[in-house]
Amino acid sequence: MYSRQQKELDRLQTKVAKGSMSRREFLSRVSAMGLGAMAPGLYMQSAMAAPKQGGRFRQGVTGGATSDVLDPGQILDHYMLNVQFGQLRNNLTEVAPSGELVPELAESWEGSNGAKTWNFKVRQGVEFHNGKSLTSEDVVDSLNHHLGEDSKSAAKGQLGAVTSVKADGKYGVVVELSGGDADFPFILTDYHILICPSNGDGTVDWQSGTGTGGFSLVEHEPGVRTLTKANPNYWKPNRRFFDEVETLQIADSSARENALRTGELDAMNNVAPKTADLLKRQPGIVVDVTKGNKQITLPMLTNVAPFDNNDVRTAMKYIIDREQWLQVVARGYGELGNDNPIGPANVYRATTDELPQRGYDPDKAKYHLKKAGFDSLNVKFHAAETGFGGSIDAGQMMAETARPAGINVEVVREPDDGYWSNVWMKKPFSACYWSGRPTENMMFSTVYWGEAAWNDTYWKNAQFDDLLLQGRVETDSTKRRAIYVEMQQIVHNDGATVLPLFLQDIFATNDKVRHPEVIGGNWELDGCKAAERWWFA
Amino acid sequence: MLKLLWTAPLSAKVGVVAILAYAFVALFAPLLAPYGETAIVGSSYELWSDKFIFGTDNIGRDMLTRLIYGARNTIGIAFLTVAIAFFVGGTLGMLAAILGGVYDLVIGRLVDILMAIPSLVFALLLLTVFGTSIPSLVLIIALLDSTRVFRIARSAAMNVVVMEFVEAARLRGEGMGWVIRKEVLPNITAPLLAEFGLRFCFVFLFIAALSFLGLGIQPPLADWGSMVRETATLINYNDITPLLPAIAIAGLTVAVNFVVDWMLHLSSGLRSDSH
Amino acid sequence: MSSLTRIILQRLGLGFLTLFAVSLIIAFVVELLPGDITQAMLGQSATPETVAAFRKEIGLDRPAHIRYFEWLGGIFKGDLGQSLASKRDISEFVGTRLSNTLFLGGLAAAFAVPLALLLGLLAALYRNSIFDRIVNLTTLTSISFPEFFVAYILILFLSVKAGIFPGISNVSTNLAFGDQLFRTILPALTLTLVVLAHMLRMTRAAIINLLSSPYIEMARLKGTRPFRVIVYHALPNAWGPIVNVIALNLAYLVVGVVVVEVVFVYPGLGQLLVDSVAKRDLPVVQACAIIFAAVYILLNLLADIVSIVSNPRLLHPR
Repeated sequence: MYSRQQKELDRLQTKVAKGSMSRREFLSRVSAMGLGAMAPGLYMQSAMAAPKQGGRFRQGVTGGATSDVLDPGQILDHYMLNVQFGQLRNNLTEVAPSGELVPELAESWEGSNGAKTWNFKVRQGVEFHNGKSLTSEDVVDSLNHHLGEDSKSAAKGQLGAVTSVKADGKYGVVVELSGGDADFPFILTDYHILICPSNGDGTVDWQSGTGTGGFSLVEHEPGVRTLTKANPNYWKPNRRFFDEVETLQIADSSARENALRTGELDAMNNVAPKTADLLKRQPGIVVDVTKGNKQITLPMLTNVAPFDNNDVRTAMKYIIDREQWLQVVARGYGELGNDNPIGPANVYRATTDELPQRGYDPDKAKYHLKKAGFDSLNVKFHAAETGFGGSIDAGQMMAETARPAGINVEVVREPDDGYWSNVWMKKPFSACYWSGRPTENMMFSTVYWGEAAWNDTYWKNAQFDDLLLQGRVETDSTKRRAIYVEMQQIVHNDGATVLPLFLQDIFATNDKVRHPEVIGGNWELDGCKAAERWWFA
Repeated sequence: MLKLLWTAPLSAKVGVVAILAYAFVALFAPLLAPYGETAIVGSSYELWSDKFIFGTDNIGRDMLTRLIYGARNTIGIAFLTVAIAFFVGGTLGMLAAILGGVYDLVIGRLVDILMAIPSLVFALLLLTVFGTSIPSLVLIIALLDSTRVFRIARSAAMNVVVMEFVEAARLRGEGMGWVIRKEVLPNITAPLLAEFGLRFCFVFLFIAALSFLGLGIQPPLADWGSMVRETATLINYNDITPLLPAIAIAGLTVAVNFVVDWMLHLSSGLRSDSH
Repeated sequence: MSSLTRIILQRLGLGFLTLFAVSLIIAFVVELLPGDITQAMLGQSATPETVAAFRKEIGLDRPAHIRYFEWLGGIFKGDLGQSLASKRDISEFVGTRLSNTLFLGGLAAAFAVPLALLLGLLAALYRNSIFDRIVNLTTLTSISFPEFFVAYILILFLSVKAGIFPGISNVSTNLAFGDQLFRTILPALTLTLVVLAHMLRMTRAAIINLLSSPYIEMARLKGTRPFRVIVYHALPNAWGPIVNVIALNLAYLVVGVVVVEVVFVYPGLGQLLVDSVAKRDLPVVQACAIIFAAVYILLNLLADIVSIVSNPRLLHPR
């Protein structure tokens, strides 16, 4: 959390960076803060790394569609996430590039009553793009936008525990939960839960695109391009350096790469692993990765045979050559998964001692298959590029490596169109990916909890669910760690998800773009906040 | 026939030889291919070497093997599709021209309706509804293609049926089948043949376009259209791998059309013509 | 009323029936598609309650035929309706897309049609010459490459290497005409390569087909020059099939260019249609499909009129 001193320092450093404060003034102000000895160094740091103001940042991204709307509850894919979450609006809380939780529009917060009641203090002096001041009313209505029977927000499930949201004065908000959840402030970093101006009647104005973000909307042609310009009154210190941001929807990866190479883009997301190394060799192009919790999974439905049998599930976990997948599917841009969704960006990830890495072992697979009463098994693997990129190739590799274990895998190519509604959670064995979650609790609650709406294997384990509820209210970090490690072991041994790989997000920029040393790993392109965190050299 | 071929121009000879070669490869694919169709024999995108003449594909299967099996799948699917399309479309087209009246109107309208819907999107819709198995792929593309064949056949036959000799034959009381086979078909083979040569290669391209939009042939079948799609981006980095399946398609297209041209030439009765 | 006018009016009437039938088929097939707009819009996060709330809000909980007739009623009043996904008036955003599409198609046609006719005539005239062979081989090769591949190759040489044209056609409404033209040339060139061979070959074939006719023989025997024979004697009678193929290809240039739109990031109607199908946004799908169908019908009507005028025997069918 920012201390007041750090905040003041940020403000001063921004002024130096922008050239609106002299060295002498900076030194005297910093000395006054009791940091005299560090002052010259701090000055150099801010003047050297001085992010420069200006320029039009043109980014080519994927995931836009002509049906896109500015409703934060209906953000579906990267494009609108980038525009709304990364440019136009803010959340109450933010995941910093380092992975820790920092305040955004909420200045501070406090949980009480066994983490069931949450008090938020709304930041004062923040203005929307239209000049309206931010108050608790905007926050309450923005949260309520995702609640209630009539809400069609995608965040409805995540906020399922919220029973009431009330204003407490002009700058206070109280949220009541049905059950304790120490991670609630983390949930509020979700890209759907953005703060929009209230209409005064309990609803919010999302239609205009007005927010408190670093950029305000100029032009928005859904599925084609969006133009935004710098918000002159942006409240965040040391952020938002571009004058304008142009976001282009470019679905074809060759088209994105070509546009970057011919100078029509400054940055692009979603570099295909197979061309990343080729792109890297082009003059003037920088290819970089973010290491997050993005993971590919192969969910097996436990409510149908044969996957209701844990021995069959375990056999399936042994027929994949994960090293081969890492080389072919991810071209090395990733790390091995261990049938455990807690990834490199999580705090309580089990060590290899606590949870040894599972590998390719057809004999063990055969053994478990036999134990389940099968000599051989025919399985259909339903895949589409939407499930995860390269899933069809991966399936064919699995078919080859599964054969010695007596498992015949038939890869069924499903249409991308309608994949999430017709294949995922419907077919017994399919391809899927998750962006991962910042905390263990959020990851497990979203996908692995027996009651979760996205429990995509219908897996239910009483002991696991018990531990989940315990972990939510446990504040002692040693005990918490023990709980989460045990849960990871349960998922690894009994769970119905094969998790072969964690993937890195590969992005590329031209050599004029600069970004901070540490970049966010929670979403592509620096936590999707490239627009406000990056600058031109 | 062989005698005729002897007198054919060089291009036609090349075409015939090439088609026979393609057919040979397609028929004897398992004998010719160095590895199994789906076998992963190396690491991905290996360079050209003695072991893998054209390198390996994205998951480490031998490129040459995939190309050879691709001949079998691609040509088989394309031939079947085009044959169905020409049989259905050609017959209906000629009937429409000869019968005229209500029949022409009804079939003509139905075809117009089908053709008025953008074919790629229509195929996308139908394949999403019916699934992308090979039979449904063949039937759906054949259905869409047959509408185009219908138009060409009808339009060409219209010019023929107003001729005196057709009228005479009908007045003589010849049956419909006879009129179609003996009078109409021989006189419209030229445009139909020209169309056949192109339609044949459009099937590959259609499959390639479908795979571009996320629908395509079921793995692990190799087909040239999807192979171009899978490797296409490499061309941007001066890697000529995607050219291999593309050239395979182009070679067959050119060969088929060379032969078609020769047959057109024969049917136009200009054998003695020297240019 | 002349018989030509009568035919035109009759065909226009039939055209409207065709449009009606197209809209019925589209509505039916979209209804058959698995999933609906709410699931498509919510993606992975579609929980039953959210889907139900969404369906109710956009009126999807009512039977399909009722929604179809409501839509049809709107069409008769000239109202294309609203997008289910974005609630925007369809006529508002389809207009720009349509003009982009027509611009690209028009530019490609302006390159392709004259070139195809000229090369086709010359190929027929000098048939079996080296020229004929080269034209034949080049165009056949160019059409046997998938569209996106042709596009990649053009981008590689003309954009990445030579730097003449931009790699993507980022056109927007406030662009000057010259700029828009410049940015549209590369996709238009791609399309030209894609459609050229078909028209060219049909032109050549249709003319060669006529060269054995007695009246051409007569003209030749009279000693008329070969080029004259082809242009004045053969071409007028060859128009039927040629115009038909041109019409098919023009329709293709408007209707079938979605792949090229995607590669060049060109905001045309095809991309809108594919997006809307993926999202099951029926009113938008209908609007695009109807526009495409109308383009197709009009182009064919035009082709038929040309055929009829060029072959008066067709004016008096039995």
